[in-house]
Amino acid sequence: MTTMPQIDLAGAGVQPATAVAKPKVVARDVNVHYGEKHALHNVSIDIPEQAVTAFIGPSGCGKSTFLRCINRMNDTIASCRVTGRIELDGEDIYDRSLDVVQLRARVGMVFQKPNPFPKSIYENVAYGPRIHGLAQSKAELDEIVERSLKRASLFEEVKDRLDAPGTGLSGGQQQRLCIARAIAVSPEVILMDEPCSALDPIATARIEELIDELRENYTIVIVTHSMQQAARVSQRTAFFHLGKLVEQGPTEHIFTTPEDKRTQDYITGRFG
Amino acid sequence: MTDLAAPLTRASGAGLSPDAARARIRRRYRAEARFRLYGMLAVGFAALMLVVLIADVVNKAWPAFFETRVRLGVTPTLEQVSTDGKLERTSLMGGDYDAVLRTSLQELFPGVKDRASRRKLFNDLLSTGASAAVRERVLADPSLVGKTFTVPALLDDAADLYFKGLMTGRSERGGRGTLIPSATTGEITLTSTADDFSADLADTKRALAATARSLRREAERLLRSAAALPAGDERARLEQQAAEIVAQAADKEQRLAATGGAEPLDASEPSKLVVLDGGIIKLTSLGTNEATGIVLAPLASTQPAAAGSWKVVTLDQPEANRKLGDQQIAWLEQLRDKGLVERAFATRFFTSGDSREPEQAGILGGLVGSALTMLVTLVLCLPVGVGAAIYLEEFAPKNRLTDLVEVNINNLAAVPSIVFGLLGLAVFLNFFGLPRSAPLVGGLVLALLVLPTIIIASRAALKAVPPSIREGALGIGASHQQAVFHHVLPLAMPGIMTGTIIGMAHALGETAPLLLIGMVAFIVDVPAAVTDAATVLPVQIFLWSDLPEAAFQAKTAGAIIVLLVFLFIMNGVAILLRRRFERRW
Repeated sequence: MTTMPQIDLAGAGVQPATAVAKPKVVARDVNVHYGEKHALHNVSIDIPEQAVTAFIGPSGCGKSTFLRCINRMNDTIASCRVTGRIELDGEDIYDRSLDVVQLRARVGMVFQKPNPFPKSIYENVAYGPRIHGLAQSKAELDEIVERSLKRASLFEEVKDRLDAPGTGLSGGQQQRLCIARAIAVSPEVILMDEPCSALDPIATARIEELIDELRENYTIVIVTHSMQQAARVSQRTAFFHLGKLVEQGPTEHIFTTPEDKRTQDYITGRFG
Repeated sequence: MTDLAAPLTRASGAGLSPDAARARIRRRYRAEARFRLYGMLAVGFAALMLVVLIADVVNKAWPAFFETRVRLGVTPTLEQVSTDGKLERTSLMGGDYDAVLRTSLQELFPGVKDRASRRKLFNDLLSTGASAAVRERVLADPSLVGKTFTVPALLDDAADLYFKGLMTGRSERGGRGTLIPSATTGEITLTSTADDFSADLADTKRALAATARSLRREAERLLRSAAALPAGDERARLEQQAAEIVAQAADKEQRLAATGGAEPLDASEPSKLVVLDGGIIKLTSLGTNEATGIVLAPLASTQPAAAGSWKVVTLDQPEANRKLGDQQIAWLEQLRDKGLVERAFATRFFTSGDSREPEQAGILGGLVGSALTMLVTLVLCLPVGVGAAIYLEEFAPKNRLTDLVEVNINNLAAVPSIVFGLLGLAVFLNFFGLPRSAPLVGGLVLALLVLPTIIIASRAALKAVPPSIREGALGIGASHQQAVFHHVLPLAMPGIMTGTIIGMAHALGETAPLLLIGMVAFIVDVPAAVTDAATVLPVQIFLWSDLPEAAFQAKTAGAIIVLLVFLFIMNGVAILLRRRFERRW
């Protein structure tokens, strides 16, 4: 494992210029190595509560890698090594005493390709609450499932066929099912790794609407290749390039008055 | 023309002229058609081989599923069936039921008077297990003692083979003239008003010629080998032998050359039996319209028999080459003519254990032995194999040690099965002192054999589960173990089942390692527990295929069919299970 550098978060020297008022997730000097490859260099970022933060950047820039650090999904990759400090509500998530399973229940994740379990729609959503013991009775579980599906604005479409296999839904519905599945365990943060890249424009629009609604209750971090999407759904944007966090700030700033030349080039489509 | 060809040239793309492009397309089509043809030929050839194999086995096995019995009217007397004159069960258990059958047979054949013939009548015709039918009836209902009832008595394997036509070719021909016997017993002369025996005579002459020719060849061969030897005792012995054979051949040739006179028949030539007036005469010499013979079953009278009321039966196999003599066959023919012989489905084949007597040998011992062995194998290697696969694939750290384990599992899969047998002998029998010939040890050895197959197949199945499922589960806060057991394992289950089926099918057909741990022993009792001495189906097949009795050939093929059916059933059940698993997920 890693030795965590002790950083005085209150110190003005390490506080990024673009600090936010109520950070949910705070990352300082995060470095990620895949074996010999240095994938992420000294990333420091604050992610605000109840807002959508978008990570943009060209392929292979490290934005997904960083996203996966926030719920420690990188632990499953044997060669991956993470150094630096990431805090969730002031708690070091790489602390030895922290249970990674509990962390992932608090920080849910939605993946690029919809990956419902090959079970019924109901079972897909009920699985998380069941393993975490969130429901005491069948009625309670039913209620969680219904609420989650409603929040993911999928309930109306599937209420008559909750026993049908989740894999039988359309791509957009599957992705909303995955979001419902993530919501069902009442996470605080939802990480979305290019959630719309496998969907058509109509399904994409619905997911974007959903993200906007979910913002009220959850802290959302989304990785996207589409700058329009980042502009539409996010309040803050961070631009990654070649493993470095180049620039971050309120979305309108990044898209209208980027400070860095590389950001400007990327958002105007000159490279990427 | 050139205008039309121009776009085509461009379309072909490689700067070829239209002709060259067309030629290339034709070549490609031809290559594809050729490949399809090869494929169909290969499949057709394999299917043909399979059909031929199955047809051959079924054809050979057919007789094994039927047994021949003779319905005998029996009257058990108290003296015969009770050891102490009481009708108690214990007294009846030890009764001499053979004697009951013996008496019944003697009543059927009153002409058989001397002791030796009577013994033959009983021993050569009936199975040693025939009296069991009487015994069962009497034990079930002791009031039958003293009464007459009919029991189906099992025939001996040789008699059974005779009726199934597997002992000798048999043909019969009705008489054309009126036949006049000279007496009813002993050596008699039969005179026909037509040249009824000329065809038989011609047959015999042909057989004589063939025998003479082969004798001559045999003599020549002996002389050649004698010539290669240095002068001495050995050479003299061979020359002596050759001279004897030449003498025999000369004798046959002389008989062949003789015309008109009677032609003697001996045991090295096909037998000719004349069935006439309730009796049977074995011919010993033939003329064109006159023959002499020995009466095997006495005639009712010396009345002349009209054309069509008598017949000549030819048994192609000479008496010397048969297990049953002409006398026994005459008895069997009489039993058949009386309508007492019946053929029935041999349930005995499925309900009894092994036996030295082919007609009593059954497959149940092997079947139960196989089932017990498979049970032990499955119980051992399914949890161990799947557990090992899950651990190695999902949880084990990737280091030198696990690499070594992995390489060795692959190596283990390639070890010849007999080596596992030796291991079982050394470890399970000699070191741990487990019982010899037991399904327990067989199952242990086969589990070792099957384990690598199951581990490799299970790992492949686990690996084939898309990582997105695993990530999905981890992403909502399932622990690694929960992700594996709730999501990955159920999805891998069909693959694991397939691997297990392949492994078990392999184990079911395995013979070599079981020979070494003593499952090759001759075991009559059907095993009741995994520690009882037992044998398994493939070993039973191996054992039977080695036995000299002709009746065991059919039994061997029958056992092969049972093994194949067993395999099909296993696969069928496994496919059903797999389907259900797949539907649930």
